[in-house]
Amino acid sequence: MAIETVHSITPALAVLVSMVASVLILAFGKYPNIREGWTFVAAFIKFSLVISMLPLILEGKVITYTVIEMLPNLPIAFKVDAFGILFAITSSFLWIFVSSYSIGYMRTLKEHAQTRYYFCFAIALSSAIGIAFSANLVTLFLFYELLTISTYPLVAHTETSEAISSGRKYLTYLMISGISLLFSILVVYHYTGTTEFSFSGIAGLETLPRTTLYILFITFMVGCAKAAFMPLHAWLPAAMVAPTPVSALLHAVAVVKAGVFTAIRVILYVFGIDLMEISGLWLYMAYFVSITIILASIFAMTQDNLKKRLAYSTVSQLSYVVLGAVLITQHGITGGMLHIPYHGFMKITLFMCAGALIVTAKKENISDMNGIARQMPITMLAFTVGALGMIGMPPAGGYITKWYLLLGAAELDNMILIGVLLISAVLNAAYFFPVIYVAFFKKPDKELTYKEAPLTMLVPLTLTAIISIIIGIWPDAPGMFLDIVNIAVANVTGGGI
Amino acid sequence: MSGIIEIIFAEFNYWIYVTLMMIGFYAMIAKKNLIKKVIGANIFQTAIFLFYISLAEVKGGTAPILLHGHDGADAAHKAVSEVIYVNPLPHVLILTAIVVAVSTTAVALALIIKIYEEYGSLEEDVILAYRRQLQPEFSEHARQKQEGEQ
Amino acid sequence: MTGFDLITDHLPVLTVVIPLMAGFLTPIVGWIDRKLCWYWVMLTMFAVLLMTSSNLYTVITSGTIHYHLGGWTPPIGIEYVIDLLNGFVCLIIAFIGLMVGIYSIESIKKELPNKIIPFYSIFLLLITGLMGMTITGDIFNFYVFLEISSLTAYALIAMGDRGDGVVASFNYLIMGTVAASFILLGIGYLYAVTGSLNIADMQGLLPSIYDNKVVLAALAFFMVGFSIKVGLFPLHAWLPDAYTHAPSAASALIAGLMTKVGAYAMIRFMFSVFTPEFVIDMTRMAEILTWAAALAIVVGSVLAIAQSDIKRMLAYSSISQIGYILLGVGLANVIGMQGGLLHILNHSLMKCALFLVAGAIFYRTGIRNLHQFQGLGKKMPVTTTVFLIAALSMIGVPGTVGFTSKWYLALGSINAGQWIFVIVILVSSLLNIVYFWRVFDNIWFGHPHEVEHIKRDEAPLSMLIPMVLLAVLCIFFGLFAYYPLHYVLEPLSNALLGIGVLP
Repeated sequence: MAIETVHSITPALAVLVSMVASVLILAFGKYPNIREGWTFVAAFIKFSLVISMLPLILEGKVITYTVIEMLPNLPIAFKVDAFGILFAITSSFLWIFVSSYSIGYMRTLKEHAQTRYYFCFAIALSSAIGIAFSANLVTLFLFYELLTISTYPLVAHTETSEAISSGRKYLTYLMISGISLLFSILVVYHYTGTTEFSFSGIAGLETLPRTTLYILFITFMVGCAKAAFMPLHAWLPAAMVAPTPVSALLHAVAVVKAGVFTAIRVILYVFGIDLMEISGLWLYMAYFVSITIILASIFAMTQDNLKKRLAYSTVSQLSYVVLGAVLITQHGITGGMLHIPYHGFMKITLFMCAGALIVTAKKENISDMNGIARQMPITMLAFTVGALGMIGMPPAGGYITKWYLLLGAAELDNMILIGVLLISAVLNAAYFFPVIYVAFFKKPDKELTYKEAPLTMLVPLTLTAIISIIIGIWPDAPGMFLDIVNIAVANVTGGGI
Repeated sequence: MSGIIEIIFAEFNYWIYVTLMMIGFYAMIAKKNLIKKVIGANIFQTAIFLFYISLAEVKGGTAPILLHGHDGADAAHKAVSEVIYVNPLPHVLILTAIVVAVSTTAVALALIIKIYEEYGSLEEDVILAYRRQLQPEFSEHARQKQEGEQ
Repeated sequence: MTGFDLITDHLPVLTVVIPLMAGFLTPIVGWIDRKLCWYWVMLTMFAVLLMTSSNLYTVITSGTIHYHLGGWTPPIGIEYVIDLLNGFVCLIIAFIGLMVGIYSIESIKKELPNKIIPFYSIFLLLITGLMGMTITGDIFNFYVFLEISSLTAYALIAMGDRGDGVVASFNYLIMGTVAASFILLGIGYLYAVTGSLNIADMQGLLPSIYDNKVVLAALAFFMVGFSIKVGLFPLHAWLPDAYTHAPSAASALIAGLMTKVGAYAMIRFMFSVFTPEFVIDMTRMAEILTWAAALAIVVGSVLAIAQSDIKRMLAYSSISQIGYILLGVGLANVIGMQGGLLHILNHSLMKCALFLVAGAIFYRTGIRNLHQFQGLGKKMPVTTTVFLIAALSMIGVPGTVGFTSKWYLALGSINAGQWIFVIVILVSSLLNIVYFWRVFDNIWFGHPHEVEHIKRDEAPLSMLIPMVLLAVLCIFFGLFAYYPLHYVLEPLSNALLGIGVLP
């Protein structure tokens, strides 16, 4: 299948927008309104640029742009395909909500060093879009490292000793994984002479000895520690000390999404479906992530801190994405890829609700939240929508991805994987329903009056909840995520749907 | 046995240079007194000069000055080629190297004077003990205080 | 022949003679007015930079330059040869020299108010020595320039911290003398067996007598001598003290250049005096060098973690970085060699920038202990940003210079089948993160409320310009490493390893 290529500078611009914005943010650090204005302007421009590329992608074309030849044979280049734009749309769209939410959150809590905060946020967004549009592993690595560095000040934002030590933990995990990723890239380059992603995997890797291939796969997956596979997940709950918008960024917009995105890029676009199947790697990886899915759900049940519970939920949910990809069936991959935006919308809703609870009700622990829905009904309704989506119940979008994943597993006749998916759904229900129950049905300790979060926070979380429902009840609308995913799946499986 | 002795005596100048070099090297590394270190360095360098000069020596050679140079064209060439000269180049090199060695010694002695002014001793362990006493932070602090007083 | 031609014909020798003469004239200039010294140095360094650029350009476009001193033809006369290797190194020397020169005006005024004239005089002589070492094609001439650069470096270091600086300088002097003596001895050995002192001539003569033990001994003397000069672990003992206690400007100059020129000399002797077959296959010296270098990389980084004085930390980091250069050289394949040579450029830029930052911080606050850096991010935002960029380069973050050389070194190690070196390189990146992140944390994090009231108090402009320029170059060559690699380093590496010939 020949794929038409269009050369355009748009992807580079989409990456650059928030870089430029970050400079403006620094320059206007003394004027909070203008500073945050730039954040908004950049978020909207970025989203429009990304969306402007969508029609071409939906026509089945690919947009490329080579920035510079960094080293001989190693260009920094962008290539926008359906999978890339899927992640880019998710991140850039959610950035708009997170920006609004950040302003409400940071101003209400009167946080310090807000200029640094918005600056790093903008850089992190650039990096996420850069990862989405990377044409080769080296470009991806560049933005991957930039993302790590730019999010460190966000994680350690409060500068308490706990925040600093969490920040160090975050950095240690991600830097070690970065080194591992670099090592894998070097090996790929050494054996194949290229690092460019290809729809059928990089040619030449199949000639490697099996052991080398396995080791390479392992180092790649360690390199994707941003995806928080167990046992490399510890940084994610630790990073919960960060302000809540940052958690939203980490979980829904950029960091862990970048991790799973990279993992899928590696699995499908470096190794390729055929090599995954021949080498048997897909099954090992499927079992491996299944362990993460189950264990992380169990860990989540033991957490009383709402944000930590959500963190473990993320660890578990992201492994769905990778599980989908390694099922290497059409439905499985569809489910996995689709889970990236779907999880993004649902998880960001949940985090924004958790943040709203912290700001308005000053409550972090589930055990303190008796009857909190009486005080913040809208927030808790949004939370319920997100939670239902996570569990895989309509109307929110989660059930669609789970359905595809189950179909994929069923096609393989693999009872273990089907079992894992079902058990994990039960476990998800087991750690989300108590929260809903506590919030709506338990009697509050003292009388609560209606007091919602500020509008800058309430509006985005309501909107994302509504979007979660829309993508759940109308997933196959033209130009929606399912359309994009179908093209991406057609690309990697080499056939039409 | 006699073979070894023969080797030693036949090339005794090289053996002397090796011995001197080792003595100098030992003094530079092991001696605690700074002046002795400098003396060691000088011995070391002198040994190398000796080696170069030995290289230049040709058995029966004379100083490299042209002889009979003004006796008419043909005769002169003949005469020059028949006389054996020692190699002049190493001598020239060593003249340069001596200059270098002297400058090094001069710098070293200048540094030693400064060290003596500062620490009142030329013994390495005394200086070391003195510096250990003043931790870097402390000495930095003391210096600032001193400057402040001035 | 116009006057211009007269100059262009003699450019190779002028790059050495001009700083030499200028160095001796500095006291006269200073006698007229002390303030003129700086302008005089700037003028000289700028001229030298132009000349070295022109030299490198000539080499790239029309091949190696041979210049016969006094018109005597080699091997009898002294020859200056500029090929890609030393054209490249000379340009680095001239550029770093100019940067440190610009920076020095304020820093010297504060740190050495009474020694402005001697400082600048010695500064120029140090540049002379380094230029001469690099440019000459005659190994005895090389020795003389080596000693010129060493003696001037001793003097510069002795100008530093009272007491400590002098002791550091004396220790360096003793070690330096041992090194120089070894090199002199090696030169004597080679002269004894070949009767020549010209590098090109010698390379032609040596291969027929490679089985001679004297040649082997000469190689051993050179390697030990240069190892001391570059501070290769475990012969590094002089380096941390010397770098720490020198005046700020001198630290930047010495850290940026001295060891790099030493590494250049090592490469020159290994591959141009001897031949690649001799150092790689017959004696396996290259392999020994890689192991020593790998050890230096790890030990240097680990020791750097233990330091609290920022300059000392940077000095130990230098020990580790020198390991990178020599690892690339010792790998003896084209890719590794390119990495090593590229790291000469990269490390000069990064380390010079870092030492300049350390100097600027000391200039403004008098602090060198990195645990007292709290609030510097607010006080000196530009300086600390330069530090951030240079330190990220040292770590090897992609998009900065450190990444490109690390990429080549690691790839070269894989090509050589030495996976352990790949791991060493990657692990040392992690260690770099550890010791630089401590500084970042102290500069930007830790005490949010204590630093609220801190006012901006940036270093003077003359200090900021070179620092910012170096930081920009750190990123520029990180993104555009293609140019030095394509035009200089790739043909050069091929030529050094005997795979191709220099143009």
